[in-house]
Amino acid sequence: MIKSTQDNSNKGDNKVITMAVGAGGKTTKTIISSLFLPRFSNDYLAEMGDGAVIDLQSNRIAFSTDSFVVSPLFFPGGSIGDLAVNGTVNDLAACGARPVAISLALILEEGLLLSTLEKIADSIMHASEQANVKIVTGDTKVVEKGKADGCYINTSGIGIINENVTGLGPKNILPEDTVIITGSIGDHGTAIMVERGDLGITADITSDTVALADPINAVLDKCGSAVHAMRDPTRGGLATVLNEMAESSHVGIEIDEERIPIKREVRAVSELLGIDPLYIASEGRMAIFADPNYQDEILAILQTFPQSKDACAIGKVVSEHPGFVLENTVFGGQRIIDLLVGDPLPRIC
Amino acid sequence: MKYADEYRDAAKALALSEKIKEVCIPGKKYKIMEICGGHTHAIYKYGITKYLPEQIELVHGPGCPVCVIPLGRVDDAISISQEDVIFTCFGDMMRVPGNKRSLGDAKAQGADVRIVYSPLDALHIAKTESDREVVFFGIGFETTAPATAIALKQAKELKLSNFSIFCNHVTIIPPLVSILEKEDTEIDAFIGPGHVAAVVGCQIFEEVANNYSKPVVVSGFEPLDILQSVYMIIKQFHDGICKVENQYSRVVPYYGNKVAIETINETMEVRPYFEWRGLGTIKNSGLKIRSEYGDFDAENKFYIPGIKISEPRACQCGQVLQGKIKPNECKVFGKACTPEKPIGTCMVSSEGACAAYYNYGRFAFAAK
Amino acid sequence: MYDWAMCLGIPGQIADISDEHYAIADVGGAKRKINTDLLLGQPLESGSWVLIHVGFALAIIDEEEAKQTLSLLSEMQDVYRQELEALSLSKAHQADQQGSSS
Repeated sequence: MIKSTQDNSNKGDNKVITMAVGAGGKTTKTIISSLFLPRFSNDYLAEMGDGAVIDLQSNRIAFSTDSFVVSPLFFPGGSIGDLAVNGTVNDLAACGARPVAISLALILEEGLLLSTLEKIADSIMHASEQANVKIVTGDTKVVEKGKADGCYINTSGIGIINENVTGLGPKNILPEDTVIITGSIGDHGTAIMVERGDLGITADITSDTVALADPINAVLDKCGSAVHAMRDPTRGGLATVLNEMAESSHVGIEIDEERIPIKREVRAVSELLGIDPLYIASEGRMAIFADPNYQDEILAILQTFPQSKDACAIGKVVSEHPGFVLENTVFGGQRIIDLLVGDPLPRIC
Repeated sequence: MKYADEYRDAAKALALSEKIKEVCIPGKKYKIMEICGGHTHAIYKYGITKYLPEQIELVHGPGCPVCVIPLGRVDDAISISQEDVIFTCFGDMMRVPGNKRSLGDAKAQGADVRIVYSPLDALHIAKTESDREVVFFGIGFETTAPATAIALKQAKELKLSNFSIFCNHVTIIPPLVSILEKEDTEIDAFIGPGHVAAVVGCQIFEEVANNYSKPVVVSGFEPLDILQSVYMIIKQFHDGICKVENQYSRVVPYYGNKVAIETINETMEVRPYFEWRGLGTIKNSGLKIRSEYGDFDAENKFYIPGIKISEPRACQCGQVLQGKIKPNECKVFGKACTPEKPIGTCMVSSEGACAAYYNYGRFAFAAK
Repeated sequence: MYDWAMCLGIPGQIADISDEHYAIADVGGAKRKINTDLLLGQPLESGSWVLIHVGFALAIIDEEEAKQTLSLLSEMQDVYRQELEALSLSKAHQADQQGSSS
């Protein structure tokens, strides 16, 4: 809940969002024209229609939606605004698409500082520019103080499926496929944990939130048909993605503990707290399942992009133990990577 | 990571494995019990048994403080959480089922239950939210009791009126003796809990070696520590000796931490009886807060139902905790009792034998 | 497993002694304030390694003892390696002998 400010004049630095902002009248229009339009200027928004009318050149469309309820709103490496854009962009990329347009729906808590909303809007603007995607339609609602914890966001996005994609989907993984991850795991969730401050830990960890549309499409441009499935490990981390894919395609997966990239500080925080990094959320990583003959080529392409420069292969798909994910531990043993039970870390994204 | 990675070297493990084989007496079977959840977890995580010959069997004992809390005490904790309090506890305790529900369920149903990493965090909450009553669920063996003790001392110094502790600390020797006293015990030796010993010392285990003729090697928690400890145990049998040894000498002083022991004694005293899940009532095995610190004892401040609840019929935690059966030998393991829907505490805590086995061992077993 | 293992004792290095009761410990890059009351009377200073448990320093890690443990393990490893080499040499020798006698 937002703590109330001393000054109730709703002027200057203390200007806050009021219920009127969500009412649809003059105040709403003022907010839209002064806060959102200048930041997300494009022809679609300028129309100010009920929705955006877009001429897409293809009928192979990807459509995705995601809601963001992260607490705190700002953290090292980004904000709810970055997650809102990158999250949907990455889901579209996981479908094999190049993102075209995003809708932006905000639910604001009465009393949210206008300056906070401006900061969030700035981050949405920068993230969408970096991801090369347009915010084409939106909505703003306000709820009473005590609800929405500052700000909740939903983004939905459409993208055009890359021409080279054939047979991409969670059911299409085959035994012998290589398992690739585009970078270190668990950065985002750990950054949130540390930022929340409940645990008294300080560590130099920033969220990994970033758009992956460019590296993924570069891979698809060259080796589209070799990529069998993709998914970004958010809530529940890499372990959850691997389990979901093993289940969907009815295959087994084996990963090697020593090949999984984990940043030193992420490992330290997780050792301190006894949490397994495999289950901690990322927000700018993609797990890719592909034809092993294309492994080196895919890695080479990914590594030319800053957001996937640490891409590496971490394991392979097998026909044994379908539905199970096993990890070959550094010590020579093997352990089962099960699905998460419970959620000790809520509101991670 | 220093002081961790060096003790996870697989090549050294192979060397130790050979040395262990060298000192095994041909034809002799060894049943070695470890009594610390940290060891249980490490043994499964690192696949230690892979490095041991068939004649050595590792069994798990009552070393997980979460696993030995009786249902009734969990219900007592939940009862306290229903008062107008901020109820704080370690993460492991959230999913432990009482008779009907867990603290996590109580939280979902509206109780203000919060996870803390340290009892000092609970104290901090009491200081900052001075208009709220704060209770801390103190659990753990002698390893964790000093932390609770310091929290009690600080609460007294600060003259806090809104802080109390629901004390469920237990001690390690009484349950061991209880297991050793049973006629059908087949345990040959013990891997001693390294962090308990760091507090109370290794000498407390001399009773086990002297009166029951069972070697005890106090062990660290990295895989090489555990393997080295097994080697030291087997070597004792080979050399025909029986004593307490300290493998974890880099951390554990033989006589423990005097300041920590004094702090516990200053703030707590031994309960004449305490109930253990699966082991029944054991004399002198639990700690309660001394009357001098009575203002901070939740059992003085709140109504405690104190109802003794018997285990669900199907639950065989007691047998697992005594090392009589392996997790996979429990009738409900992996079927009615899983990490998602645990019947017994051995399955709830990540250090419980059943949870560790479920995670690391069940597949290998199924494959066989 | 995604659970908070309460019994964890982790090695950490003292980065800074804040006052007589607290210090900042560094655990592989993550820092946390820990209480040092249980080490009263022991030589604690910046750079010391300690065992950390639920926010407290429980024991000082003795570097000498650690070195001894590791060197013992390394010795075993060396002996084992020598034995393996000897074994493979003798196997090769045997194979030669068999080869030359046939």
